[in-house]
Amino acid sequence: MPELLAWLTDPFDFAFMQRGLLAALLVGTVCPVLGTYVVLRGLAFFGDALAHIILPGVVLALLLGWPLPVGALIVGVLAALAIGAISRRARIREDAAVGIVFAGAFALGVALISLERSYAVDLAHILFGNLLGVGPADLWLMAGLGGLVLLTIFAFYKEFLVLSFDPVLALTLRLPVRLLENLLLVLLALVIVISIQAVGVALVLAMLVTPASAAYLLVRRLPSMMVLSAAIGAIASFLGLLLSYYLNLPSGPAIVLVETGIFLLIFLLAPRRGLAWTPTRRQGNASPS
Amino acid sequence: MASLTARFHEHDVSAPPIRLEHVWVRHDGTIALEDVHLEIPPGEQVAIVGPNGAGKTTLIQVIAGTLEPTEGRVEIFGHGPHGHVCIAYVPQRSQVDWNFPVSVDEVVMMGRIRKIGLFRWPTSKDWQFVREALDRVGMRHAAGRQIGELSGGQQQRVFLARALAQEAEVILLDEPLTGLDAPSLDAILQILQELRALGVTILIATHDLNLAAEHFDRILLLNRRIIAYGPPDAVMAPETLLQAYGSQAHKLSHEEGYLLLTDTCCDGEDELQDA
Repeated sequence: MPELLAWLTDPFDFAFMQRGLLAALLVGTVCPVLGTYVVLRGLAFFGDALAHIILPGVVLALLLGWPLPVGALIVGVLAALAIGAISRRARIREDAAVGIVFAGAFALGVALISLERSYAVDLAHILFGNLLGVGPADLWLMAGLGGLVLLTIFAFYKEFLVLSFDPVLALTLRLPVRLLENLLLVLLALVIVISIQAVGVALVLAMLVTPASAAYLLVRRLPSMMVLSAAIGAIASFLGLLLSYYLNLPSGPAIVLVETGIFLLIFLLAPRRGLAWTPTRRQGNASPS
Repeated sequence: MASLTARFHEHDVSAPPIRLEHVWVRHDGTIALEDVHLEIPPGEQVAIVGPNGAGKTTLIQVIAGTLEPTEGRVEIFGHGPHGHVCIAYVPQRSQVDWNFPVSVDEVVMMGRIRKIGLFRWPTSKDWQFVREALDRVGMRHAAGRQIGELSGGQQQRVFLARALAQEAEVILLDEPLTGLDAPSLDAILQILQELRALGVTILIATHDLNLAAEHFDRILLLNRRIIAYGPPDAVMAPETLLQAYGSQAHKLSHEEGYLLLTDTCCDGEDELQDA
């Protein structure tokens, strides 16, 4: 038993590991809470695209010495406008428009990095995260933004719930639907920014989608789904960081692998909705018409 | 943020709950509604009937304010529909994700969120409203169930309870009676009777001419334009039915009244154009 305890705590004797752990726990709890809306509103593709779209903004911010969220938000908003313009003007389906902007912006980000061979920007770190490089200032920024995101989700809980469950009701209650949808996208961009150092832009999607989907299989209420997905995210972050320390893996993939493992476990064993329990899968009673 | 905290229009009490003037709706060149003039007095219960593609859903959406008319004016108590949270619109049931992790009482509470206001949480008074609304539709026992666990008719009753919790003064129901189990159908018709006493104005779209004739004050026979509008006996005349349905509708008279037969059915395909 003492060996196990030592195995669990030894890595965190180092200050950089402590900061890494705090950052991982932060991202591991904030991402899944917002992720419940990503899962319920079917925004997974959009979330992944947004993470890649933000790359050039992050690179520019790093090169110019701006705060990362500023660069990310500017590029995120520009991309959203571009997607809207392409799908409206050119009558191209929205998912194709998202794809065009997504790939184009990502390519631009990679090109910017290779043009400027500076030690401040490492493509692998942006793509897959670098938890061990989290400095005290980074940690404060992440905590501040993470807190802001959680507070916003809490403050607009009723409105986001109605918007996600029944958009028609949101309209007839005269909620500012456009504004709330854009607010969700801004929150998504912020969460992606704080996740870059933990898991990187290539794997943020897992933080958003995997714990929330696992929780979805287990519970029937939105608040419990949020709490449970945050717990799954936090546990996966902790275990993933240990895995990364002992097996010398990059932290991002390690965390995502643990999350995926937890999801598979729940998917197989979940009561009522899990694979092992339901030869005839429950479908709610969505009507075919 | 202004629209989240905005005050809504005071009702002009001398104006009717629903008034449409010269309303036209065109989708990509086809006419969905043609020069619709309509005035519905307070507390009136009106059924919209008409063949598939007649524009029943479009008409309801225009009144709810979820669809802008191409031309013409819609007034709810004297103002455009956007200034109101007194309108409850219950669409055809397939438009919601029934697997959403939300319970029946939470769904009903959604009707109250504008009354509760931004950055506030439901009080015990709000939950009282929700319980009373669920009682009224006979669904109190299911308050804690997940919404997808209910039958279609029960879900329809929960949505009606949500309209009650919203304290709506105008309730718009799109095909609420289609494919219902008998207890749910009775429950809904019973609630409509009770709403009469509260002075709530009700407009429903239905394929069922007989239910419409039996249970509603007035019938609005629609086929893009208004063919007839008035008490059931006046509207359900063979010549007006012929005008709306062509040869697809028949009126069979017998000693106790009449039975209406139509060839159209309730697949909702006509409403796809509005999606």
